[in-house]
Amino acid sequence: MKRYLLIAVTLLLLFVLNFLLPATLQAVAFRVIMLSGIAIIMAVSLNLINGFTGQFSIGHAGFQAVGAYSSAALTVYAHKMLFPYLPENGYLPIFREGPLKDAQTLEAFLLTAPAILVSMLVGGTLAALIGYVVGLPSLRLRGDYLAIVTLGFGEIIRVAVENTDALGGSRGFDRANGVTIPGIANFFWVYLMVVVVILVARNLRFSVQGLSYLSVREDEVAAQAMGVNTTKIKVNAFVVGSFFAGVAGALFAHFEQSVLSSSFNFVRSFDFVTMIVLGGLGSITGSVLAAVVLTALPEILRSSLGAEFNQYRLVSYALLLIVMMLVRPQGIFGRGELSLDFLRRGKPKVPVTLPPGT
Amino acid sequence: MSFELIIQQIIIGIQLGSIYALIALGYTMVYGVLRLINFAHGDVFMLGAYMGFYVALFQDQWAKQAGIPALAYTEKPDLFQSLLTLLPAIVIGMFICALIGWAIERIAYRPLRKAPRLTSLITAIGISLFLSNGAQLLFTSQVRFIPSVVPSGVEGTFQLSQNIVISKKLLILVVASALLMGLLWYIVQNTKLGKAMRAVSHDTDAAALMGINTDGIISFTFALGAALAGAGGVLFGALTSAKIFPLLGLQMGLKAFVAAVVGGIGSIPGAMLGGLLMGLSEAFVKGAAPIGSFEPSRWAEAVAFLLLIIVLLVRPAGLLGKFAPEKV
Repeated sequence: MKRYLLIAVTLLLLFVLNFLLPATLQAVAFRVIMLSGIAIIMAVSLNLINGFTGQFSIGHAGFQAVGAYSSAALTVYAHKMLFPYLPENGYLPIFREGPLKDAQTLEAFLLTAPAILVSMLVGGTLAALIGYVVGLPSLRLRGDYLAIVTLGFGEIIRVAVENTDALGGSRGFDRANGVTIPGIANFFWVYLMVVVVILVARNLRFSVQGLSYLSVREDEVAAQAMGVNTTKIKVNAFVVGSFFAGVAGALFAHFEQSVLSSSFNFVRSFDFVTMIVLGGLGSITGSVLAAVVLTALPEILRSSLGAEFNQYRLVSYALLLIVMMLVRPQGIFGRGELSLDFLRRGKPKVPVTLPPGT
Repeated sequence: MSFELIIQQIIIGIQLGSIYALIALGYTMVYGVLRLINFAHGDVFMLGAYMGFYVALFQDQWAKQAGIPALAYTEKPDLFQSLLTLLPAIVIGMFICALIGWAIERIAYRPLRKAPRLTSLITAIGISLFLSNGAQLLFTSQVRFIPSVVPSGVEGTFQLSQNIVISKKLLILVVASALLMGLLWYIVQNTKLGKAMRAVSHDTDAAALMGINTDGIISFTFALGAALAGAGGVLFGALTSAKIFPLLGLQMGLKAFVAAVVGGIGSIPGAMLGGLLMGLSEAFVKGAAPIGSFEPSRWAEAVAFLLLIIVLLVRPAGLLGKFAPEKV
């Protein structure tokens, strides 16, 4: 009973915030909140692969690209057939005045819900399928092959997209190229998926399935000896992670209303790796926090320092990563979680970290 | 595709392939001794190309001031003079890159020798991005070229038949890389250092017990691999009239790594074979005629990775690699 109440309260809260935030916040702040949400989905899902299972994917943005392009193609080319009520110009009807100025109307929220749900599902499923095809050959082998295959896969996606004129080619899939992607990803859907990905990650972690994930990370040979089908577990984690990357891609495409092949390049993948390494490989709260900080901080620094800041961003990320590995390889939170347990006095603390096995 | 066109593509493929092979050797040697993908290796290649550019710039200025036209970066009538002009750039490039390779190992990888594999892999990527983005700050993203020392027109080629021409540039490139690879082969197979390298690669702990200074050998391996990449960078910049830019290392390094995996990582002849295969397949895809509206040449960048996925499916240890189950 308590569980259903919690779900209802969460949904209600997201629903209310969906109308309140755009109306009360500045456009830039709202944008940072939305992009942070998408980054959280990416970071937590990458953490499933890299943190929980101990594999090393460095092409996560490639799967986001699959989700972004496929879902955008769906809404752009099939929306007349599937979703005839989507606005032709791509903009949702919003309140023009009153206390909810700039928020979308209730009618728009309800009408676009099926469209965004279907595009998330399509983007996620396609990314998961491709994740399966890419993951199977490389995950049979030792971990470091996955790194190179995922990196190469990102390149293949880029080349494929740039050679497909129906997806905008190298010029981009957006209004500048005569294509209108409807802006149907709102706060509600982005943060609903944030909640879902965190719940999936959390439940996996404490389930039997999740324990076999961790066992693969701790010692693959020992896990195999204990009867864990390590290849299956690794592919599982990879497919689930890719699914959420695809969902994040669909949300990104329908929030930005613009998909460029350069938004999903190697550098972008590397941003997500930095997030989970900083937050702590295997720590859900750590990657959430790092995703928010590493999304918001560049936006703030850019507005205060100007464009030349971007030049130094990647150098400092790289340095941060090297120093982190040398000084505190487990990340800021390690495998632990940030929690409010310390507020509840007297209750014995449940250990959440496994003893270091290596 | 006509016979002559095929020959022409093979020639281009060998040229590309010898550069890939030079880089792939560094990946394979480091993987052999440390079981680590040294992601930063491609960026050492990029730094080598930049070294070539700057040495060429200064040498040209100096030679013109001192009145030694033989050393200026202008087109030379005969091959020997061209090679002589290039020599300082190659030697300096190799030396500085060897230093960089040594320093990377000493600063970033050695403290992590006993750390989990993921930790050193993340560090390797960190170094790679640090080098490429650092180069972007230091050298700016402006595209650079090394002036050619080999005649570019008809004098720069050997005419084999009506449609088959071999440029002298290519000849120098292939001969120089073959010499470097021969030298490496000699060092690895016939010197005491090489024997120690092979021992460390076979079993680090046992090698240490036999009195081999494993840390020293690992440093030496890094320096040797980096020197080859540096030479490759200078040759690539000076003899293929290629663009030099900070992200060059990422692009070439990735393909060279794939070449090393395809040939069998850890195997030196494998890296050479893989590099050649990679160069040939890329040249053929680039030269292929369009089939309907499908233009294979636009997909050339993706070929390397398709090849990789196929090889991993069929022969996971690579063409010349030995599959070794993990021992506990």
